[in-house]
Order: sequence, then structure tokens, then C-alpha cells
Amino acid sequence: MRSAKQPNMNSPLSQANPSRLRRISTALHNRPGLFLLLLLSLPMGWMLIVYIGSLIGLLIQSFFYLDGFTGQVVKEFSLRTYQGLFTESHMEIFGRTVAMAAAVTVGAAALAFPLAYYIVRYAHARLKALMYLLVLLPLWSSYIIRVYSWKLILAKEGIVSWFLAQLGLTPLLDWVLRLPVIGGPSLSISSLGLFFVFLYIWLPYMILPIMSALERVPKSLADASGDLGGRPFHTFRYVTFPLAFPGVVAGSIFTFSLTLGDYIIPSVIGDSSPFIGMTVYSYQGTSGNIPMAAAFTVLPIAVMAVYLVTARKLGAFDAL
Amino acid sequence: MHYKNNHRPKTPKGLLLSAIGVLLFLHLPFAIVMLYAFTTDETTFTFPPPGLTTKWFGVAMGRPDLWAALGLSLKVASIATVFALLLGTLAAAAVSRSKFFGRESISFLLVLPIALPGIVTGIALRSMMGLVNIPFSFWTIVIGHATFCVVVVYNNAIARFRRMGDSQIAASMDLGADGFQTFRYIVLPNLLTALVAGGMLAFALSFDEVIVTTFTAGQQSTLPIWIFSQLTRPRDRPVTNVVAFLVVTITAVPILLAHHLSQRDNL
Amino acid sequence: MNNHENTAIEFNQVSRHFGEVKAVDSVDLTIQDGEFFTLLGPSGSGKTTCLRMIAGFDHPTSGQIKLHGRDVTNLPAYDREVNTVFQDYALFPHMSVGENIGYGLMIRKVPKSERNRQVRAMLELVQLPGLEHRKPSQLSGGQRQRVALARALINKPKVLLLDEPLGALDLKLRQQMQVELKSIQHEVGITFIFVTHDQEEALTMSDRIAVFDMGRIVQTGTPSELYERPRTSFVASFVGTSNILSGETAQKITGSAQNISVRPEKIRLVAPETETADSFCAADGQVTAVVYAGMITRYTVALAHGQTMIVAEQNLDDVSKSVATSRGKQVRLIWPCSANNVLQDPE
Repeated sequence: MRSAKQPNMNSPLSQANPSRLRRISTALHNRPGLFLLLLLSLPMGWMLIVYIGSLIGLLIQSFFYLDGFTGQVVKEFSLRTYQGLFTESHMEIFGRTVAMAAAVTVGAAALAFPLAYYIVRYAHARLKALMYLLVLLPLWSSYIIRVYSWKLILAKEGIVSWFLAQLGLTPLLDWVLRLPVIGGPSLSISSLGLFFVFLYIWLPYMILPIMSALERVPKSLADASGDLGGRPFHTFRYVTFPLAFPGVVAGSIFTFSLTLGDYIIPSVIGDSSPFIGMTVYSYQGTSGNIPMAAAFTVLPIAVMAVYLVTARKLGAFDAL
Repeated sequence: MHYKNNHRPKTPKGLLLSAIGVLLFLHLPFAIVMLYAFTTDETTFTFPPPGLTTKWFGVAMGRPDLWAALGLSLKVASIATVFALLLGTLAAAAVSRSKFFGRESISFLLVLPIALPGIVTGIALRSMMGLVNIPFSFWTIVIGHATFCVVVVYNNAIARFRRMGDSQIAASMDLGADGFQTFRYIVLPNLLTALVAGGMLAFALSFDEVIVTTFTAGQQSTLPIWIFSQLTRPRDRPVTNVVAFLVVTITAVPILLAHHLSQRDNL
Repeated sequence: MNNHENTAIEFNQVSRHFGEVKAVDSVDLTIQDGEFFTLLGPSGSGKTTCLRMIAGFDHPTSGQIKLHGRDVTNLPAYDREVNTVFQDYALFPHMSVGENIGYGLMIRKVPKSERNRQVRAMLELVQLPGLEHRKPSQLSGGQRQRVALARALINKPKVLLLDEPLGALDLKLRQQMQVELKSIQHEVGITFIFVTHDQEEALTMSDRIAVFDMGRIVQTGTPSELYERPRTSFVASFVGTSNILSGETAQKITGSAQNISVRPEKIRLVAPETETADSFCAADGQVTAVVYAGMITRYTVALAHGQTMIVAEQNLDDVSKSVATSRGKQVRLIWPCSANNVLQDPE
């Protein structure tokens, strides 16, 4: 190390001419604000122009209206479209969709919690990793194929009917299908079948946030409750569940929102009673009434806005 | 009190059974899809299948409309993924490198396209394209897909940035590397697997998307749209069964690979 | 007067504010070339921010920093002849030990064969020969620490910065590394600037120490200056243990109401009423606690006027019997008046 006290031959400062890149780097270093702006300009520009711009455009168009005689969209500010929005048949569609979204959310929470609880609290490391993958796989798998699989499953001649027949339960199925509201000619053409498909498709979105919320509840809390004399059920009821509840709320954002805005599933399964998505699709498509389609989407946006604000208050955003 | 190492309570039977039940509920439908690809039944969905055959695979291979749809889907997904990688990485770099006002709103803005109902994103993009007179094309599909794929890349990249911490970057600068050299030698190698994983998920997301696509596609047909049209007006049941089989098997590859990559790096 | 030959670092009224928080507040500091200089202070006192400003990871809100006479206040880290050993070592996990150590040379486009030669020499210096192909994850904490040191030193910096580098090591290893760091510094002959909150470490290793409190330097000096003549009660109690006497107690002992500090080991316990020479100060009290600590026994004595004093007596004999019985006893404390250190606490 004798050389340490000698003049430093390969010092960066001995470079008489720093490279152009290095000069740019130094310029950006001295202007951190500019650097940040450069990084952000592309992604934020895209999201603001393409996405937020479109949403605002949608809002604006909901104040235009369709001229009934010419079939042309009149680009003038008017509340006419909104007057047409709040009709009884529209409200029925809206109510049906929200009711379905709520039912799917409750059902998903009921199925998701035991699985998430088992994975987080009882499964050993390797089993845990495997089960986590088994939850992720359907989430990322083809949505349309997953819907299609239920067309096969729920068909009159399909596996569910066959299975129930083997058990001698066909009369039970027939009885269920004769029930008003949830019944229909076959499972595939009933609200009950539709509910199952929604439940199946969005279930993983509920499991994952509950898992991550449960992971955050320290094991020692459950032990402490046990130590203080809490029976397992009490520990679950008073300690684990309240602490994991933000996860349920976070999951419900997805199950609720995704059910609210889906139009593929109700047009493939069920008795063709319209849902919000289908109505929007047909307004903008066959009848070319973009203003009405736009006004109609304002409803689920408003519902989701209220939902998100509430969820934030319940601490759900930390569990996302 | 005596606690064994790795003490775990005994699993309640009911909990174990319901966990298994839910996992079966999630995965049996895939088995059904696999089975029906081989059925000899042409017109109904009879269970159990009256006979098994592989002839529909050959029939599906000879369908030009299918090949066209597959080609379009692959092209859209590839280009949307490239866009998403670029935009998502930039946003993640900005948010993780500095603390500035409004960081949370950026995350929120990026999640919005998948947190809001798909129909909203679809109709908004469509009406915008109508408003400024952009004709529907390959590119309108890509724009839609890229918009909701950004968040997937962003989430993967920002998690990696966070795990990397600031000190490696500081150390590199301290050792004489400027911003670009630090990016090349330190940031990029650290980020690579996260970007590959994020890119694969973005690809899978785009490849499967149908709701937004129906609004931005015009007359073109991606593979999911082709399948959707078969669902509403079934004409080629056996071919659709085969396509379902193939899509399930093929999309599993990037998903498993992405999972493997992020698992390995988290060890 | 600006003889930069011998000045390594110069701080000129340097401040670093984060909004309302004054992390560093008007600091003046001169560090001589070749010194082992320590920035000592509790967490949040501004010492780490100062180090980061020398390294170039952070920049002053106002003021000037000079490195060997050159203004580097706003230069980026990569344009300074300063290298850092990080608290968490910050080794690059995707590179081998050899690639880590050779990183700085690689950036400067030093040919590979020369680079390898220097890397091997560095590994010799830090006593890790032959480990260049390992990954950082395969090393122990102490080995990582040495690699981080080698990675910084290979660039022949004018100043080496060490940010609490021994904090993560266990006590034995830490003491061993303290000795080794000193000998390495002696060998390479460059300025070391060391940040720590451990006063004992600072006293053992440093040529000079600057004590930080609330963004300011409260005292700079050699270890013995700081220990024997602390300027404020903060320094007196942060560096070692001190008895701080104030008000009436101080008045009675020294004849002045100014605060004074007395180190516990300067004091002797004697029987009450014992006569003392004029050069000795004395105080009477009652023993309230006795702690046997091996080398010494520590007595807590309550004086009149509510003040207490700590006395540390060396265990020259086996004191086990007297430890058990001395609690509650009346005693007289005596110490040479020259051990009184007058404090200049701000009002």
C-alpha cells in the first residue's frame, strides 16, 4: 500500500474530459426535480391523457343526448340523458346488479376466509407455498376459459346434473330450479348458476388480501389470547377476525367492483335478465346511444367511489 | 409450560375439509375443460363423455380463423407488454427513488384501470376514441391493454426497488459510477427478474383480456373474443373445447415461470 | 493561512435542514490529513447527515464543504475522492467478492489483469486471501465487513468514511476489528472519518472526536480532553459517566454556583468526619445502593439537598463482605479538587 500516498493515477478527477453521459448524469444530479419529472412524464402522461382523459370524456358525453328522430348524438349540454336514466326498468337493472355483487362478495368472503386461515396458520412452509400457487394460478388463468368451463359444468346434461342423479338427488335440483328469482329451466340458465360462476371467477381476488392481512396478525397475539384463557373460538372471534377484517374489505373491493362491471358472464350464463354491463354494452353498440351508456357507467363509478372511501376508513388499503 | 420447537396447533378437521373443498372448487373446472377436449360428443356437453378422441385437435389446427385470432392476441400482448414494461418501470423508479408529494396518488392512478369495473375502462376508451375520431385498429387494442397492464409491472418493480434499498445505489455512486453506470451495473441486474416476472404477468393479462378488448377492437378478433363469440353463439363446440384446452395449458407456462422467478428471489 | 497541505476536510457554516428540522445546524469543522477522526453522538444528532454530505449522498442547505482545499459542496458522490464503508456494508449481492472489490476500478476502466492483481492485494490486506470467487451471501458478518473495507480502500481515496461499520458485529469481533481498523489506517496512511454512537469505541480508536448534539458540534478534542475536561453536562454524561453537581451542592463544595462534573473513579469513600488536606474536596452522604461489577464496585450516595453521586472504587481486595454491609451507611466522599471540571452549560 505504499502507493497510497503517491499521486492517484486512475482517479476519476484526472479524466480531463468526462464522458457525455457522465455530464448528463451530473446535470440531472444537480436538478433532482427535473430528473423526477423526466421519469414521471411518460407514465403519468400516458395515464392522465389516455385513461383519466377518457374518464372525463365519458363524464362529458353523459351530458350529451341522443336525438330520437335522427339517431344522432347531439353534442350540447343537457340533463336529458340523466332524466332517461332514472326509469323504473333501469333501476331494476341497477338493483339486480348491486344485489348480485353483494351476494357474490359475501359468498366469496365465506369461502375465502377458511382457506386463507388454514394456509396462513396451519400449513407448513412447503404446503403453504404450494397452496399459495394454487390460489394464484386461477387468478392469472384465462378468464374466458374459466367462464367457459362452467358452461360445461352447469349444462343440463353436464357433470352437476349427472352427479346429483348418481346420488338420487335430482328431485332436489328440480325443486331448487322451480324456486322464484334464483331458479330457471336449468342451472346454466338460472340466477343461482350465475351466482356460482361469479363466485368462482372472483374468489381468488378475495383470498389473497385476506391471506396478506392474516400474515400481518402476529402469531403471538393468538398465543397471548390463549394464554389469557381464550378458547380457540374466542381467540378467532375477538382477536384474529377483527384484525384480519381489513383484508376482507380489501378483497371485497375487487369482488364487488368486478361483479358490478362484468358483462361477459351474465351474457353467457343465466336467464338473460340484463345487468349493468350488458345494458351499457347494448346502448353503445346496437343503439349507438353513447350518452346513455356513459350516464349508466356513472352509477357503478359512484358506487365504487363511496365503497373505496369507506374501505379506506376501514384500513383496507394497507391490506392490498 | 412446555412448547416444542415449531409448535403448531392441531388443525381442526372442519377447517381442513373446507380448505380442501375451496381448492377443489377452484381447480376442478380446469379438469373438466381438459376432459371435454377429448369428447366424441359434437353437439351437447354430456357427462360422462360418450367416447374419447383426439381428432378435434387436428380439426382445430386446420382452422385459419383460429390461427388469425391467436396471431393477433400474441402480437397485441407482446407490444402491450413492452409498453407496460417501459411505463411501469419508469413510474416505479420515480416513486421509489424520491419522496415527493403525491406518491400515493400515482399508485392509486395506476391501479384504477383494474380496480374500476372493466366495463368503465372499456366504454371510456371507446367513447374517447369516438370523440377524437381514432379508427379502431390493432393499436387501439394495444393502447387499452397497455393501460391496465402497467400496474402489474409497476407492482413487481417497486417491490424489488424497495427490497434493494438505497445503499447499493449509494455504494455504486460512492465507488465512482455515475447514474447511467449505476443503472447498468447495479439497478438493472437487480431488477431483471422482477421485470421478467412482471412482464410475463402483463403478457398473460393482455392475452386473456376480453371486456376492454370488445370495446376497442372494432371488427378484429383476438383469441378470447373468438371464444366469447363461440359462447354466445356456439357453432364449433368441439373446436372450442380444444382451444380451451390449449389456452389453459399454454398460459400456465408464463404464470408458473413468473411465480418461480419471484419465489426464487424472495428466498 | 489556508494551508491545505494538511487539511483533509473543512466544513464552513454547514447546515442541512429538512423542512423545519435542522438536522445539521451551522457546523464548522476541520479534519487534518491522516487523522482518525470520529463523529460521536446519539442517533438523530446530525453525525450521519454530516458523513453523508462528505460522501456526496446529501448536500448542504447552506455552507461550504472542502476536500483537500477543493470545494465539493455540490459535487455528486462519484466525483469525489472519498469512499464509504456502509453500515449494512451494501455489498452488491449479484457480484462475487472479487467483482465487488474491483467495481471502482472497473468503472474507471482499469484493465482486467491489473484489476485482479489489485483485488488480490486488497484481500491480503484485509486478511481474506483467496475468497474472490465467493458471493457476499456466503460470507460471515465479519468477512462482509472486511470486503466492504477492501472495496472502498482499493480506490485509494483521500478520505475513508465509516458509517457505524462495527454496529452489526458481536462484542469480541468488534473489539478485534477496532484494533485491525487502526492498524490498517496506520498502513494506508489516509484520513479515516468514523461515525458511531458508542463513546467507548470512539475513545479507544480516535485521534480526535467531535461530539454532536441536536445538529451542532458541542465539543471537539482528543479522547483525553473530552474525558477529562468535558465542556458541557451533555458531553460529561454522554462520554463516560459523570457526577454533575449544581446549585447549592456545587456552592458548598467549590464556593461557586457554577455546574461542575466529577468522574466517579476520582472519588474515594472514607469514614464520616475524616479530616482531609486542603487540596481535597469533600461531601457527606448515605450509601443507597451498591453494585459489584467485577473490576470495580459502584456506590450510589445520597447527599444533602437531594443530589446523588456515583463512586467507582477499584476492587483492590476482595470486597464481598463490605458490599453486603455498606448499604445505608453514612460516608464521606473525598476527591482532589483538581478533578473538578467547571461546565459551561448554555443557560
